[in-house]
Amino acid sequence: MKSLDFVFQRLLKAAFVVLGVVILNFLLIHMAPGDPASVLAGEAGAGDAKYIAQLRAQFGLDQPLYQQLWTYLRGAATGDLGFSYRNQLPVMTLILDRLPATLLLTGCAFVFSLVLGILLGVVAAYRRGSVTDSVVMTGALVFYATPLFWVALMAVLVFSLHLDWLPPFDMETIGSGYTGWARALDIGHHLILPTVTLGLFFTAIYTRLTRASMLEVMSLDFVKTARAKGVPQAQIIRRHVLRNAILPVFTFASMQAGQLVGGAVLTETVFAWPGIGRLMFDALLQRDYPVLLGVFLVTAAVVVFVNLISDLLYRFVDPRIEAAS
Amino acid sequence: MKFFQRYAKNYGALLGLGILIVVAAVALAAPLLFPVSPWQSVGDPLLAPSEDPAFPLGTDMLGRDIAAGLAYGARVSLLIGLISTAVAVLIGVSIGALAGYYGGRTDDVLMRFTEFFQTIPAFAMAIVLVAIFNPSITSITLAIAIVSWPPVARLVRGEFLSLRSREFVQAAVVIGQSGPRIMLTQILPNVVSPIIVTASLMVATAILTESSLSFLGLGDRNMMSWGFMIGAARTMLREAWWMSVFPGVAILLTVLAINLIGEGLNDAMNPHLRGRKG
Repeated sequence: MKSLDFVFQRLLKAAFVVLGVVILNFLLIHMAPGDPASVLAGEAGAGDAKYIAQLRAQFGLDQPLYQQLWTYLRGAATGDLGFSYRNQLPVMTLILDRLPATLLLTGCAFVFSLVLGILLGVVAAYRRGSVTDSVVMTGALVFYATPLFWVALMAVLVFSLHLDWLPPFDMETIGSGYTGWARALDIGHHLILPTVTLGLFFTAIYTRLTRASMLEVMSLDFVKTARAKGVPQAQIIRRHVLRNAILPVFTFASMQAGQLVGGAVLTETVFAWPGIGRLMFDALLQRDYPVLLGVFLVTAAVVVFVNLISDLLYRFVDPRIEAAS
Repeated sequence: MKFFQRYAKNYGALLGLGILIVVAAVALAAPLLFPVSPWQSVGDPLLAPSEDPAFPLGTDMLGRDIAAGLAYGARVSLLIGLISTAVAVLIGVSIGALAGYYGGRTDDVLMRFTEFFQTIPAFAMAIVLVAIFNPSITSITLAIAIVSWPPVARLVRGEFLSLRSREFVQAAVVIGQSGPRIMLTQILPNVVSPIIVTASLMVATAILTESSLSFLGLGDRNMMSWGFMIGAARTMLREAWWMSVFPGVAILLTVLAINLIGEGLNDAMNPHLRGRKG
């Protein structure tokens, strides 16, 4: 019963956060300097009285504020996030169209950074004080301080423009007509640079975290005991240390969904990756505020969902968490 | 041991301090080093580095001096990094102190509020804030502050919560000191060092965020910034590598320096935690 309560509690919390973002969006529109309708219309609808009238109707801008909020909430609840004048499409349609590309990119970058980061962190901790350790940790320090968009540009400069190894733009070769495996390979080929550039920043974080966590566990008594018993070093690292050290890394990584989305905006902008990050950038250029706010809401919802899932997974994967709470 | 001696034992931290001093000096001296505005065309367009001795880092497609851009960009980066962090610390300390000191319902409400801001994607929110309130140095600074205070609030809350039950605080309560006074004069001084460590690392993140925003075109149009320079260099990647390489190196070095300083401060202020931070 306790678990069910927990699930219910987390669901409620997630729902409140999403509701909060919807209200925040609403407040932002109203706090922005100028008339909300013309702000929303921005340059996209500048001078178009019909569009402004349509926005007024959509938000009920002539009604009292609480009524407007209600109208907006009701719309958001049914997936109606407004209409993009620029694209002549509902905002929700635009976002759903782009979401898979972003999920693919962020998913790959997440796995890439987690696997590489843990690997490097383990090696660095295992060989503490060695040259390998210094090289890995210096690299982590540098990539932790490097702006993502710049790494992306440098990667394009080196691997696309100079070496011509990897495609610099888009998700697949336009007009290639590939299908099935050929298409998947083509997408994979386009995926490499964005994944690596988005992932390296997070790799740096996970490397540092894994190393610190490993060193902490390695200094604990049970590790000394295992060593005293004569358990081979490699086995101690793998079976005793890593298993305990990896949990904080996973915990931290599961909270990085928001950061990852933020990074995706920059990566997708550089690589013209057709995801919601790129959509956000285009909306910025066109001052297409309904799309901007819609992307913000959807990314927040996705992040909340990911946090929820990881919360629930932990609860059932690690019994110690239940005991502790 | 004196504080600086402890700090100086960390060579990385010394290196970081050295780099930061250079960057700060260039930022301060920018108008003296480059009297002409960095937006002004001063030479031939697209001069490669050292092609013309007057422009050691080259010029961009409008003949603007890259070196001048870097110097003025340093002002924006450091200014926004410092002020937004100061604002974030102010918000975070206020909320964390109230939550930790008063506990109970206050704590619940304030922490839910903090969690909310910690959950929503920070960079996306910063983009939305700056876009809606129009890019200016004020809106950028505030947007960065608004998305970065939650860790401070949680840190301060934790410290206040544990210090609140200590004897010296109880004593102050008994002699009738008011809540705000106890928070400011009794508890806060004990929390200063972890706040400073966190804040120093936040400056680095703030600079990265600012450069990302201006890269996306959300910079203050009146001030040259490193992110903007890289954004402008995007279309000239093939023709003029120097336009994007140098501002990127400037960001990298500055952020790296501040991170190193943060770690040095952490070691110097919390010796018992040495080497444990991830």
